[in-house]
Order: sequence, then C-alpha cells, then structure tokens
Amino acid sequence: MGDIVIYTKDYCGFCAQAKALLRAKGAAYSEVDVTHDPDLQALMIERSGRFTVPQIFIDGRHIGGFDDLAALDGAGELDPLLGIAREVREDVRHHRLVILGSGPAGYTAAIYAARAGLTPALITGLEVGGQLTTTTDVENWPGGDVTLQGPELMDRFREHAERFEVALIRDHVDAVDVSRRPFRLRGESGVYTADSLIVATGATARYLGLDSETAFKGRGVSACATCDGFFYRDKPVAVVGGGNTAVEEALYLANIAGHVTLVHRRDTLRAEKILQDRLFAKVAEGKISVLWDHAVDEVLGDDGGVTGLRVRHVATGDTRDLAVHGVFIAIGHDPNTTLFADQLDRDGGYLLTRGGLAGNATETSVPGVFAAGDVADPVYRQAVTSAATGAMAALDAERFLAGLAGNVAELALQHAA
Amino acid sequence: MTTLVANQPIHVTDDDFDTVIGRDGLVLVDFWAAWCGPCRAIAPVLEELAADYGDALTVAKVDVDANQAKAAAFGVRAIPTLVLFKNGAPFETLVGVQTKAALAAAIERARG
Repeated sequence: MGDIVIYTKDYCGFCAQAKALLRAKGAAYSEVDVTHDPDLQALMIERSGRFTVPQIFIDGRHIGGFDDLAALDGAGELDPLLGIAREVREDVRHHRLVILGSGPAGYTAAIYAARAGLTPALITGLEVGGQLTTTTDVENWPGGDVTLQGPELMDRFREHAERFEVALIRDHVDAVDVSRRPFRLRGESGVYTADSLIVATGATARYLGLDSETAFKGRGVSACATCDGFFYRDKPVAVVGGGNTAVEEALYLANIAGHVTLVHRRDTLRAEKILQDRLFAKVAEGKISVLWDHAVDEVLGDDGGVTGLRVRHVATGDTRDLAVHGVFIAIGHDPNTTLFADQLDRDGGYLLTRGGLAGNATETSVPGVFAAGDVADPVYRQAVTSAATGAMAALDAERFLAGLAGNVAELALQHAA
Repeated sequence: MTTLVANQPIHVTDDDFDTVIGRDGLVLVDFWAAWCGPCRAIAPVLEELAADYGDALTVAKVDVDANQAKAAAFGVRAIPTLVLFKNGAPFETLVGVQTKAALAAAIERARG
C-alpha cells in the first residue's frame, strides 16, 4: 500500500520540512496526523520506537525523523529509495485521447472517438455513471422508454461504449498537468499520458456550507433522495432548494416520507412547469408543504442524528424550527474543475470553451484539451445537451489529432529534404 | 451461517451480523442497496480490497432493504455507508463513495 508514510502532528515544523523535501522530489506520501488520536500516537510509537514527530517509513522501512531523512538525502541514499518506490507506482500508459468522466458527455465522446479510430481511454472517476445514477425517472431522453430510469440509462451508455474499442478504466485522477505534452494525469492506479484530453468531469451537488450541515452529513443530511430517502419512511423531512432537483427530490420523497417541507429562499420556483404542477398537486394532497422566503440557519440534532432544521425568514429575520429527521440539500451543483485550477481558463468554476461558428467549439484555453457536459455548462445541464457536447468534443479531438499527425509528417519531410 | 469465501466480499444478514463482526481482526461492512447507484459504483473497489488484503480483512455487505435492524443499530441514514470494525468494535465510519486509497488508508490506520 502507501509506499511512503509520514506520521505528523499539528504545528510541527520538522513535519512540514520533511513533507516539503518529499514533495520537492516528486514523491507521493500518505500522511497520518496523530494530533487528536491517542491510538494512532500509540501505533506510531510502537512502529518507530520513538516519541517524536515526524516519523517516516519508506516501503515499510523506518527512516526516522526529518534529520534522518535529510541525512539520507545528503548521503545520496534517499533518491534510490524513492526511485524504487516510484518505479512500482508509476505504471505509465499512453493514449492518443483520454476522456475524463463517465456521464452522458464522457460516454458519448468515447463512442464517437472510438468510431473515428482513436482508441480512446475513458477514466470513469469516483462516481461511475455520474449524476444520472442518483436520479429515478428520466422523462426527457428522446426515444427513451416510458419507464426509463437514470441508472439504467447510464448502464446502456456504458454498454454502448463497450461495443467499440474503448479502454474503460475505473480510476480516479487526482492530478493533471496540461502544461507539457503529452499531457500527464496521475490516477490511483497509475499514470496516464495523452496527446489530447476531453474533460467531462461533470458537476457535484453543492452543500450550504454550514458546520452543522457537515457534522450531520450521512446522519440525516443528504444530497441524494433516491439513495437515502429509504431511511425516512413515514418520517418528516425537509428539502432545501427551488430548482428541478429540489422539486424532483420533494416529489420522490413524498411517496416515502411522512411529510415533506420544501424550503425555498424565494417566492417562486425555478423548476420546470410540469414539475411545479406535480408539486402543487402533492401540496393540495397535504403530502408536501412549501415554506417560501426561508433560508436555512442551522441543522439541529443529537447523537442519534438530525432532529430538526432552523430556518430564517429572509425579509423579517424571524426564525422557526422544523421537526424533521432528514434534510435533503438540492441547491445546485458545482463543476468539478479544481484539477484544472490555474491550468485552464474558467468562469465561476466552469471551464471556458471557444464556442462560436468556426468549429473547434469545445476547445478550452489549452489546444488539445476539450470540455463537454456540465463541467462547461452552467445553463442547460441536461443529459441530452451533455451527450451532444460530448460528440462535439470527440469530433474536435479527432481533428486536433489529425493535425498533430500532419505536423509530424511535415517535420519528417523537412528532415528528409 | 455465512460461509467464508476467501478473498471475496461476503453477504451478511441481521441474523449472522454479530457472528461475522465478532471475528478477530478487521471487518469492513458495506451498508448498501440494489437501487443505490453510488453503492454499485463502489462495489468493484470493495471486491479489490477483499482480494488485496486476503485473510487480513473481511468485507461484509449488508443489504439494507432486507436487513434494517443492523443499519438502524449503527445509525446508518445514508448509503453507501462503510463501517470498519476492529476486533468487533467500530473503528471508523465513511459515508458516501470513497476512493480505494481512502479506504486503504482507513484499513492501514486500523491495522497498526
């Protein structure tokens, strides 16, 4: 497992120095912070026989503290040690095209790229299948069956991609470098290089950012009604938000929970008309009530989990407590672009693409890097628009790669001349 | 009784939960359900961990649809929820989809 392990504590200067030295050498390490955990402290003492931090282990061998690490480095013995560790770790695989993401954009890009003969690799990321895997009915996928469900649709996308030459890789990329060519991506199970890259990493549900919300995540606070609604049979719950997701979640929960309160900070909903009609039908039945002009102040709870939600009227400031066991947050999504901060141009977190009528519309600020789906779309965010931009990105990548091949041929000719 | 199949996740019910969790060593319990997309996403990772760690780790899957008592007993209100037991006691709980590295780190912490 983790080739380099470093035990650390808060406010430990030598720990920081040791980590900086390892980072400077490009070595990946796992850090075990023992500050607040007596068990981990005991473990470190047992493994190292020492009572000071940091304590560093490389491939299971005890190195010691920062002084020992620095001495090893001074003697020229550290690099070979790290080299061994790195050789095991760096299983580098090259592809002409790597697609990041396994939602509608990623799979569609893979289908188009494979049919163009690019033999792409698709790296799925952590949430395989993307946002649709946490939805139920999909009623707006053209040509879809009446009973079509989100997870089922994503299974079909995957099966479709598997019909062609696509390397489907279940891995999670945690570092990307598009400043050099080929582009370099570091995953959990290896390093990937690519001549071109399609970023289809999508967006992830946004939370309110309250401490009480974080404290009760998984113990009553959820961003996925279809995953967690099951635990609230006949119990009162709240849904926070006013868009499509919020209304869909409220409707889904209305069939399970005892009562649903939709908390919205405005006096109108952003959700589609058809969804609003269904919502107000449930309101008339008494299964759902809507609390207009209220924002969440705090999630209330005890050792057993959430017991209530404190909400505040946005105009008057009056607060009131709702007795609920579950709080479902549906206030929107944030694009998954932190990997590309300072590398690709972004606006509000979303990747900026070229657009326009001249072709190459999905190209980002770095030639050869394309973006598709929700990661570059704060407006439409539909399965069908994501799939569409996925196809566009594959066509753009195909043209880019053909240009690269042309350049290489031209260079060869120049050399020959 | 659940039979132990080496190096693969085993399925555990409310009835044999205590027997399995009571084993010496580490047991990683996955509270999941068939209709939960993220649970399906994490399933292959759990299979890999079971294979990687062999006898050092038991991976036990609890279908919350059919086994609500144990899910309730451990305060599970979201799935997937992964609870790592060390010598029969909960050592660490992780809620939601996790990377293999995050789970391996938890296992390493518990192994000591």
